[in-house]
This record gives sequence, C-alpha cells and structure tokens, in this order.
Amino acid sequence: MAVTQTVPSAPHEPAVNLEASGRVARRQRLSRASRYVLLGTALLGVSALVVLGIDTVMNGWGRVTPEFFTNYPSRFADQAGLRSSIIGSVWVLSLTMALVVPIGLGTAIWIEEFAPQNAVLGIIKINLANLAGVPSIIYGVLGLAIFVRFLSFGPSILAGALTLFLMILPMTIIAAQEAIRQVPDSIRQGSLALGASQWQTVWGHVLPGAMPGMITGVILAMARAAGETAALVMIGAFAFIAYDNTSIMDNFTVIPVQIYNWTTRPQEGFRADAAAGIIVLMVIVLTFNIGAAVLRERFRRH
Amino acid sequence: MPDVRTPAPQVTPRPTGRVSVPAGIERVMEDRKANEYTPPEPAALTVRDLDFYYGSRRALAGIDLQFPEKMITALIGPSGCGKSTLLRCLNRMNDLIEGSRVDGEIEYHGLNLYDRGVDPVEVRRRIGMVFQKPNPFPKSIYDNVIFGARVNGFRGNADELVERSLRQAALWDEVKDDLKKSGLALSGGQQQRLCIARALAVEPEIILMDEPCSALDPIATLKIEELMRELAEHYTIIIVTHNMQQAARVSDYTAFLLAGEAGSGEVIEYGPTEEIFANPRDKRTEDYITGRFG
Repeated sequence: MAVTQTVPSAPHEPAVNLEASGRVARRQRLSRASRYVLLGTALLGVSALVVLGIDTVMNGWGRVTPEFFTNYPSRFADQAGLRSSIIGSVWVLSLTMALVVPIGLGTAIWIEEFAPQNAVLGIIKINLANLAGVPSIIYGVLGLAIFVRFLSFGPSILAGALTLFLMILPMTIIAAQEAIRQVPDSIRQGSLALGASQWQTVWGHVLPGAMPGMITGVILAMARAAGETAALVMIGAFAFIAYDNTSIMDNFTVIPVQIYNWTTRPQEGFRADAAAGIIVLMVIVLTFNIGAAVLRERFRRH
Repeated sequence: MPDVRTPAPQVTPRPTGRVSVPAGIERVMEDRKANEYTPPEPAALTVRDLDFYYGSRRALAGIDLQFPEKMITALIGPSGCGKSTLLRCLNRMNDLIEGSRVDGEIEYHGLNLYDRGVDPVEVRRRIGMVFQKPNPFPKSIYDNVIFGARVNGFRGNADELVERSLRQAALWDEVKDDLKKSGLALSGGQQQRLCIARALAVEPEIILMDEPCSALDPIATLKIEELMRELAEHYTIIIVTHNMQQAARVSDYTAFLLAGEAGSGEVIEYGPTEEIFANPRDKRTEDYITGRFG
C-alpha cells in the first residue's frame, strides 16, 4: 500500500528572497553588459577583415582566370600572370621545408630530451624566444650579407630559402618544444623502465605523441614563409622572371613579391592583378592553416 | 661474469604464520638490532650502506637491506621517508633526476649496479617497474605489451608473447577479443594489470612496484594483490606501499623506513612480515603500524 501524504497547501512567506537584489543585481548587470562589450570588440576586428576581403575580391575576381596562372609577368596588365612566381614559391618553400623540418625538429628534440639542463641551455632558450620576435626585414639583411654576398649565392632560390629558413626556424623550434612538453613524463618513465634506451623512448613514444603539435607548428611557420615579402625583397628577389626556374641557383620571384611589384605600378590594371594575386595567396595560406587543423584533429583521434 | 639471465632454480619455504621459536634462538634474535636482519639466501638484491642525495639533500642514509629471491618484500613508512626513492635506486630510475647522486652499492648477481661499466638500460630490462599511477602508452593493448620486448631485440612469436604476458597478468580473458583497442580505454585496474603485463613481457627477474594500488578501487586492488602472490612463484617482487594492511596481506618480508633527524630516510626495522606486524621490536615501528603517526 502506498502511503499518500497531503502537503499543507496553506501559502506562507518564504524565509529568504532569492531574486537578485542590491549588490548581487549590480554585479549581474555588469556581467551581462560585459558580454556585449566583448562581442563588440571581436566584431570590430572581424568586420575590418571582412571589408578588406570583400574589397579585394571585388577588385581582383575578374582577373582570376586560367591564363592568370599560366602567364608570365608582363608589361601589359591584362596579360600579366603568376606563373613564374608560383613556380618560384614552390621552389623556395620546398627547399625551406626540407631545411626546417629536420633541423627545427631535431633542435627541439635535443633541447627537450637530451640537452643537459644548465645555464647555457637557458640562454639558448631565451634567445630562441627573442629570435622568433625579430622583424623579418632583419633576416633579409642577414641573408643579403651572408648568403647573397659573402657566400656568393646571389639573389638565388638557395639564398631565399636559406633566409626564410632562418626566419621560421625559431618559431618552428618553439612550437615543437611545446608539443614535446605535452607528452607526459610518466610515458617516458614507463618506456625507460622497460629497458628502452633514450632514443627508443623518443622515437617510440615522444615523437608520436608530439607529432600533431609539431606538424601544426611546421605548417603555420610555412604559411608565414609563404606570405613573406620584405626579407625576400631585401635579398633581391625582385626580378622580372619570364621563364620557369630549373635550378636552385636561378633568380626568382614569389607570389607576395609579385603582388608587391604590381602594387608599385602606376597603371590601374596592375591593381586588379595585385588584388587577384592576393586572392590566390590568401587561398594558399588558408589551405595551409586548414590543413594544419585537419592533421591535428586526425592525429588527436588516434 | 655470471649469467644473469637464468637465475638458479631454488626452493625456499614460505614463512608460515607465527612459528614458535626455541628459547635460545629467541635470545639471539632479541640481541640483534631491529634493522639488522638477513632473510634466507639466495638474495635477489643486496643493498649495502646506500646513501642517496638530491643535490645536497641526503634523502637516504646508510641503507642496508637484502631482498630475498622469489619473495615479496614490502617497503613501508610515512610519506617522505624515502621508500620510493630507495625503490627507484634499485633499477637506476633515479639516474634520470638531474643532480642526484648515489653512494654505496647494490649487489645483483655479484655485480654492483652502480659500477662504472654498468649500463642502466641493461639493469632496467632485468629489473622491471610498475608505477603508482597506471601509465599505459597511448597505443593498442597489443603494442603496449610488445613494446618492451621489441626494444630489447625480441624476434620470436609476438602473438604468443602477448598472450602469455597478458595471461600472467590475469588480463587475457578481459581483453583477448580487443587487443587493438587503446590501452587508455581500459579501467584503472585493467590499465595497471596491462602495465604489469608489459613489464612481464620483457622477462625481468625482479619487479619493482611503487604503490601500484594507490590509484585503484578496493576490488581492483584485491585483483592486483592476488596477482602479486601468483607472480611471486617466478619473480622477486619489491613493493612500496602506504597501505599497511596491504603489506601485511601480500608480503613475506617488510622493511619499515623513517626519515631521521636530518630528513634522511633510514631502515628502522626489517624482518618477516608476521614478526613486524605481530611483534615489532622498535617502538617507532609499533607506533606506525598501530596508526599512532604517519
């Protein structure tokens, strides 16, 4: 038998009032207001970007034709294209990546896993952080002095790639260090306790664990290199290239330098060319970033 | 150089409950100091006058302990008494700590583990370790078990080794259909047994366990304890535990450590587990096991 209980229905005043009042009400109002203020600041930045993007697309969309990708630069705005700068970008970025992946990741692994933790290492770490913040034009000056002049590489693909490599090396190392530090120490200890050597531990556990972060770091650094202009202009990659590059000692130009080149022309038509080039470059850099995000997610799931 | 891979087969009777000791012997035992005790030979590891330093701080002072073969020895004591530090000296895991230093010796098959020519990797594959918090690799169960064997040059039948190790660790029946599943997908107790299976796959002689049940619930703890008793048929086990009931339940011998005046861990009392818990010789041991401090 279920026992039914009758609840006294007589209404009575509650002992406490739980509606916001006084100071609580004031704090809650402030809290609600802050939400809209913050939304406003976010919208400010984003809307500026959207306006710039729309403006660029409106100016340049008409010039993004198949010929725009296959034509060499030209004196005539409506015949100019990105062919030589796309090829130059592919050469320079491939070489940069071939340099930065082994050297950047190797340095990060050494610092985090093998280096003796002493004062010298501390200085190296601080300098890496500082180097990551050095303006790219400084790397251009360095590249001009060392690679172009001292080593006599001239304004070549090799000199350009070495300059970009130096520029993105610190940020690649720092991103990889961060990724390596994410691997918990208990994993390393577990591996070492099984009689694995330090290298076997790094290869078998630390690198797989750090891989998503390291790949992301490399791709983001490459995206920065892909858009770099100042350093390459500095080393002299400002030539009129009307042929396909075939050697790392060739003179070259890259997409952002070509865009810059077009913006310096007085004729109206080149401005459309520049806008079209920006569209192409934005798509490339965006692809890099999306690729980084996709790879990171894929690794994270495994 | 002795062949350290195949320990000589031997039979040592387990201590069985409380034995009535003839009067004369009792006298002799009364005379020895509480921390001077020699368990039955042969010894798997003998620690002699071991000091351990973290930088300038001495964490262990004058440790003398002999760990008998194919027995379970428990190291008990309050937090900070150096029992984990001592355990990690036994397979040179402390080498990883920057600025640490060891004085004294640990004898293993007639060799000193801290001799110049001794490689810690060789030591660790013979003296395995299970950690406080289960730390399976973020890989499949199968890869977790086979990793240690692979890095040590195992070239035999991997499937067989994985099955044997998981069976020994009493985990096979629970995971046999799911060997490709991530080790991290298991429950805490299963993860800890996976870590034990992983250690067994390397075919060590000694297994060190650093509070292996402190992160587990009582049922998982019971399973690990039963497993330890089974493993003691073939392996020497040295376990650090906070839990005195656990030491009393599973171990054959118990050493009680305490940090002295200077904060350095010392062995206060060592002996067969029954004796330590029933008849502690040192007042401090008695206070600790009766829960008066620690």
